[in-house]
Amino acid sequence: MVDNVTARVRVPREASAGEVVSIRTLINHPMESGQRRDDAGEIIPRSIIHRFTCDFNGTNVIDVTLEPSISTNPYLQFEAVVQESGTFQFTWYDDDGSVYEESADIAVS
Amino acid sequence: MTATRRQVMGTGLAAAAAFFGLPAIATAADLEEAINTFTSGATTGEGGLTLIAPEIAENGNNVPVEVSAPGAEAIIILASGNPNPNVATFNFGPASGSRMASTRIRLAGAQDVIAIARMEDGSFIQASQSVRVTIGGCGG
Repeated sequence: MVDNVTARVRVPREASAGEVVSIRTLINHPMESGQRRDDAGEIIPRSIIHRFTCDFNGTNVIDVTLEPSISTNPYLQFEAVVQESGTFQFTWYDDDGSVYEESADIAVS
Repeated sequence: MTATRRQVMGTGLAAAAAFFGLPAIATAADLEEAINTFTSGATTGEGGLTLIAPEIAENGNNVPVEVSAPGAEAIIILASGNPNPNVATFNFGPASGSRMASTRIRLAGAQDVIAIARMEDGSFIQASQSVRVTIGGCGG
């Protein structure tokens, strides 16, 4: 179990209908690659976030498969098109089965 | 039997390598396999896919990479010189605003970063960028 996992997302507060908005996400996670060794020479087991999804009002925006080559504290930036007001739902899936969730509202005029 | 000086040195080096357990670098076959898994053996074209990565990265633990390919339904990023060539796969959904994504990756050393996009018509396009790394990521 990884402690202190905090997710941060940046989504514009408002947009006009049909606008393409930029979304940035960051989550605190060591992303242990399974390649490193500790002081005793033992391999530190892999522990990463292997999947990230973003949905807008139930419609998928992006579904990302992450491998150990992704840096510590995975950062992702992508774009979504918004037609109406609603909520972005962000989900991160950890190797240990934990699921981290975050959401952000956007007002479309 | 007495060991020559050369034999002793060789054994020492091998032992040191085993002790530090340097992560094995992916072979060309690993990379080939990773590409084939994504493209199912289809040939890849050129053009229409933009891969932005720095030419020189100071820290291999944190290399910003951006991919963009209008009309793509999925883009995969591969690192030819990492222990595992797969880096990330972006699958774009219906609410995606543009077929671009940006993230930060680890690179074990100087190598080619490769991106392949699967287009909506089922074709594949490829782009690559050579990156020099001052301090490698991955491994101890």
